[in-house]
Amino acid sequence: MDKPLNNRAWLLVAPVLLFVLFSALLPMMTVVNYSVQDQMGENHFFWNGDAWFRDLLNPATEVGARFAGALVRNLAFSVTALLIEVPLGIAVALCLPRKGWTVGATLVVIALPMLIPWNVVGTIWQIFARQDIGLFGAALTGLGLHYNDTQDPVSAWCTIVIIDVWHWTPLVVLLSYAGLRAIPDAFYQAARIDGAGRWAVFINIELPKLHKVLVIAILLRFMQTFMIYTEPFVVTGGGPGNATTFLSIDLVKIALGQVDLGNAASMSLIYNLITITLSWIFFTIMTQLDRRREE
Amino acid sequence: MSLRLENVSVTAGGRTIIHDVSLALEPGTMNVLLGATLAGKTTLMRLMAGLDKPTSGRVLIDGKDVTGVPVRRRSVAMVFQQFMNYPWLSVYENIASPLRVARLNTAEIDRRVRRAAQLLGLEPLLDRLPQQISGGQQQRTAIARAIVKGADLVLLDEPLANLDYKLREELREELPRIFAETGAILVYATAEPLEALLLGGSTATLSQGRIVQAGPTLAVYHRPSDIESARVFSDPPLNESDIVKEDDVIRFGAAQALPAAGALAAIPPGPYRLAFRADIATLGAPWPASLSLAGRIALAEISGSESFVHVETAIGTFVCVERGVSTRQPGQPTSLHVDAARVFVFDRDGRPVAAGSGG
Amino acid sequence: MARITLDGIAHSYNPGSTSEADFALKRLDHVWEQGRAYALLGPSGCGKTTLLNIISGLVVPSSGRLLFDDRDVTHLPTEQRNIAQVFQFPVVYDTMTVAQNLAFPLKNRGVARGAIDARVAEIAAMLGLTPELHRRARSLTADAKQKISLGRGLVRSDVAAVLFDEPLTVIDPALKWELRSKLKAIHRALDLLMVYVTHDQVEALTFADEVVVMKDGRVLQIATPAELFEQPEHTFVGYFIGSPGMNLVEAQVDGHLARVADQTIELGRRYAAPAPGSSVRLGFRPDYASLVPAGGIPVRVRRIEDLGRRRLARVALGENDIFATIPHGVSIEREEAGLLIEQDRLFVYVDEQRVAGQAR
Repeated sequence: MDKPLNNRAWLLVAPVLLFVLFSALLPMMTVVNYSVQDQMGENHFFWNGDAWFRDLLNPATEVGARFAGALVRNLAFSVTALLIEVPLGIAVALCLPRKGWTVGATLVVIALPMLIPWNVVGTIWQIFARQDIGLFGAALTGLGLHYNDTQDPVSAWCTIVIIDVWHWTPLVVLLSYAGLRAIPDAFYQAARIDGAGRWAVFINIELPKLHKVLVIAILLRFMQTFMIYTEPFVVTGGGPGNATTFLSIDLVKIALGQVDLGNAASMSLIYNLITITLSWIFFTIMTQLDRRREE
Repeated sequence: MSLRLENVSVTAGGRTIIHDVSLALEPGTMNVLLGATLAGKTTLMRLMAGLDKPTSGRVLIDGKDVTGVPVRRRSVAMVFQQFMNYPWLSVYENIASPLRVARLNTAEIDRRVRRAAQLLGLEPLLDRLPQQISGGQQQRTAIARAIVKGADLVLLDEPLANLDYKLREELREELPRIFAETGAILVYATAEPLEALLLGGSTATLSQGRIVQAGPTLAVYHRPSDIESARVFSDPPLNESDIVKEDDVIRFGAAQALPAAGALAAIPPGPYRLAFRADIATLGAPWPASLSLAGRIALAEISGSESFVHVETAIGTFVCVERGVSTRQPGQPTSLHVDAARVFVFDRDGRPVAAGSGG
Repeated sequence: MARITLDGIAHSYNPGSTSEADFALKRLDHVWEQGRAYALLGPSGCGKTTLLNIISGLVVPSSGRLLFDDRDVTHLPTEQRNIAQVFQFPVVYDTMTVAQNLAFPLKNRGVARGAIDARVAEIAAMLGLTPELHRRARSLTADAKQKISLGRGLVRSDVAAVLFDEPLTVIDPALKWELRSKLKAIHRALDLLMVYVTHDQVEALTFADEVVVMKDGRVLQIATPAELFEQPEHTFVGYFIGSPGMNLVEAQVDGHLARVADQTIELGRRYAAPAPGSSVRLGFRPDYASLVPAGGIPVRVRRIEDLGRRRLARVALGENDIFATIPHGVSIEREEAGLLIEQDRLFVYVDEQRVAGQAR
């Protein structure tokens, strides 16, 4: 059906288009530019073709090995974080009160970690995890556990995961809680009348109805964990060794530490591409599953 | 102002929603668009309002082509099925809103709002917010807003469909009276045959995006030009059966043959579609010229003043109307008598062959 | 299988209140018999949903007792009451097939596999769900989903009662009669006590053996559909049942005569003088009042409505605006006409309640 057309509407969109052009497209093109050129001395660039990309994707080269290692750590981190945060988030959401004055108070407390800026979170945990004065580190050490987040790779890895879980599980909780609240009371009542137990209610009513919000939660959490930077930067600095050197950490080291602009540019483009592709695959699989179940 | 649609068609996503519709509407008339859900009533109204543009064809106001002129430059008011009011404005301000947009002076606004409120019995509620009044009162508010606007074209899209039946009864009686004096072109879309009959004026029956028949309401009701028009204009649904006329009998498949009485006597031999409305079928005494079928009661749907009794016969289930509350129980054997003088007979293309008055 | 006894049930959402106005449901004593179908009918806010919730166990009444047979269930939670309920909007388990949905209440109660399959097949056949049995419930239309909900409500044969909470709201109008007839047939086949809440008089009158008409938390009349139409005990019942509703006109009643707007109307029965100050009205249905060109009570014709299968006239009797039927074949040409009221269909209402007269 045709609406009466009016082209003046484009004028209203123009400022946004301009903004996107300057904030995203132009910087992006600069990166593309760096990724296909090499630099000789001060500001003297020449064409380098796809050499940076071939180096990066070949694990035999030094930069290629670093990239492959960091990519594996990134994937492992995302999977670990999602496996903990999603079930935990749903579980917490199920336990929250549904009505009364406690609802608001509980939600605010739950949401608090999300309101703290990344670098502050890092700093909090840096102190919190110290074995001498940090509550967390001292407690673990006191229990006789071998814990040292700056020396021991396992401790460092666990600390980063725990920080992320602490910081972002509330997002899953809030989304799941909203999803649960949207289920009409009649469903619970019907289930009681049908004689269904708690577990049956969860499997047959709550989980299917949460499906849509969980797609969003998983997608958001995947993108965020895959781009993790601040926590390891502040708490472990990517160490010990390279145990917590994720792609973003490595990227900054190469770009700002070593000023290898070509390597860094090609790496950031590939990194970007992987994030987008994985998110797209995630999204497609989950919506396809949804459609298949409809049939 | 007069409004004309000329060969208007609408296609969306490769599907034709409106097929070549032509209609002429005169000022001060009540025009009913009668059709089931998705027949194209709302689409047609949106075209008249200028909310949408037809894919082909023209919309003319007073002979001038206005196809594509946006709605805000036309003199149109519309009332929707959902109660649409500004939730943060009082009933008074809701009614006044089109006048404020038109920048009328306060005294004039007040005069018009109070008059519309009086017509619709909203005077005691003027200070309330929409959520503080009932659904019926909310819809009255929306109608009052359509009135004060003083538009030349007033479109009412199933305005009573979301109200409960007693309120519907009251409002549908008042509506023709309320709008009669405005001199506007009224277009009223409904899915209910009874509503069309109560509104009077002229009726266009719609089916699958086409206008099947248009004319004075009672003429369309009593003399359908097509079987589809009779279907659209029947509630309870039109009773139908395939028949074959042979000499002086009519056959209903192999199962049943009856003498060709009434309107059926005069038609030439051949296959036809027999149709009749529920009110010319009875379970009581036979008519002077009767088609009588043995059957069993399937269900009595009771509305109070009337009962629609569904009867299962060897050739299908038919509905008849009984006065008052029927106490017939499902399963009871019975005889259904159809007034053969008033049945419709359609040929294979759905054109009327013999038309009784239809009741 | 059970009988439901409402023993002085009343409910106020304002605990501790004794003010009559606070009661969403005013005191009610009644017995609902096994195997019969009841409808709770009334406009929104009449208390019918409160009453249903008391039976289902969502609401504990402020006073009175609820008995299923002789067992007091007033304070028992829903799941211990042995009832089934169908809600206004479809409640289906999305991940299950239609068959699994129907089997769910039986499976949870440990019914044997063979018995479940047989019962599911039986109920599916009644509702016309057999072709869909192995499809996923979530892929079906709203109509089909509501049939599943109905099926789950009906699948247990040992329930005390099946409660329906406006179950046809989402059903396409063209399909409603089909489901109404299915429900009616199912009720006859299953021998269950059914309670059906609705604001739609057609659903109530079609489905129920007895209809409970409610308004403002009060039960106005409990009667068969025919009695509600022929002998409404309360003016609201007269107005609410029938379309248009009952005509009600102010009158002075004296013995067997009534004075309405300078006209004297013969009542056919003799009535005691009403208490002074009470409101006295005559009630008669448009269906039993016919308009004729001459004779009868003189009235002025305001408008004639041709509804296709019947003609209604809106006429003025003094200050009163009333409806009358124009008999088949009669034509009304002038503004003055006469009204004929069937004497045994003419009732006297004092303070909204019908009063019985004595035969003369």
